[in-house]
Amino acid sequence: MHRTGELSGQFQTLEQQKESATLGMWIFLSTEILFFGGLFLTYTINRHTYTDVFSFSSRTIKLSWGAINTVVLIGSSLTMAMSVWSAQVGRKKLVTFFLVATLVLGTVFLGIKGIEYHDKFVEHHVPGLNFDMYYCTNNPGACNLSPEDLAKEKVELDELTKKMGGENSVNANSQLFFSLYFGMTGLHALHMIIGAALLLWLIKQSMSGRFAAQYNTPVENVGLYWHFVDIVWIYLFPLLYLIDRH
Amino acid sequence: MSEHIVSPKIYILIFAVLMVLTITTVYAATVDLNAYFHSLNVIVALVIATCKAILVILFFMHAYYSSKRTKLIVFAGFFWLAIMLSLTLGDYATRSWDVH
Repeated sequence: MHRTGELSGQFQTLEQQKESATLGMWIFLSTEILFFGGLFLTYTINRHTYTDVFSFSSRTIKLSWGAINTVVLIGSSLTMAMSVWSAQVGRKKLVTFFLVATLVLGTVFLGIKGIEYHDKFVEHHVPGLNFDMYYCTNNPGACNLSPEDLAKEKVELDELTKKMGGENSVNANSQLFFSLYFGMTGLHALHMIIGAALLLWLIKQSMSGRFAAQYNTPVENVGLYWHFVDIVWIYLFPLLYLIDRH
Repeated sequence: MSEHIVSPKIYILIFAVLMVLTITTVYAATVDLNAYFHSLNVIVALVIATCKAILVILFFMHAYYSSKRTKLIVFAGFFWLAIMLSLTLGDYATRSWDVH
């Protein structure tokens, strides 16, 4: 039994302390599952109700950025897992290295998300007063779209307008899609920012050599949180980017 | 009940499988699977996403190696999510509320 400064008074052993911490983290994560679950449920019901407009709106998001971000985020989960391993085997310098790598990949993810949000601002796809699904086709050259994509979008949009009985209902329903898009990816990004702050906190402690084989619970628990945020994206990616692509 | 250390080999293997599944789901999305079966595109995308999530939970999050008590909490979290999804969607599917 190790009696180090890291053992709190209410625990007998570090193992018991760790088991409690893991259990507590999973209880927190199960509230997070329900938190995001409510949004996924709202999205599912609205997508089912407004299928045509939702699939059109979904196709205006660039698939390539979403796919790259999926790779980046899963990569950051790998480096996070590796930093837990480094701590468990007592390689203190490697812990810091992998934590920094995770932070860098997380920042790349947020940067790419920023590019995507910027595109949506330029295209007038952000819910609010300037929202206009017809902006790009009415102002060729204003959006960053190739002439072929623009022509294809115009054909689809004309067909959709006829089907929905006017531009207003297309705009109303696609605003609903983009509200959910920004709500869900925004909440996910907020979790990433909180995760990045936690990583900075870990890096600071790791550089002073706090985490080793005996004690690495903070690394393990921030890891659990980071992987959870990864799982949310694993579902956001197909639901927002993929299922209406064919 | 000593701590289980997962080797980097397993992490890298899981990462590789996750990458293969990501490529598969992106490719599957470009094919019109709905022609074969109603909503097959959505089903395939969600089945692949669930496989990825299970791999992350079991190995990156160490659920596979954790105590029975922790496993119970992991299961309970997703079980409660399943209750929320199935009962709400069941209502929408069967009560024909006119939400338009």
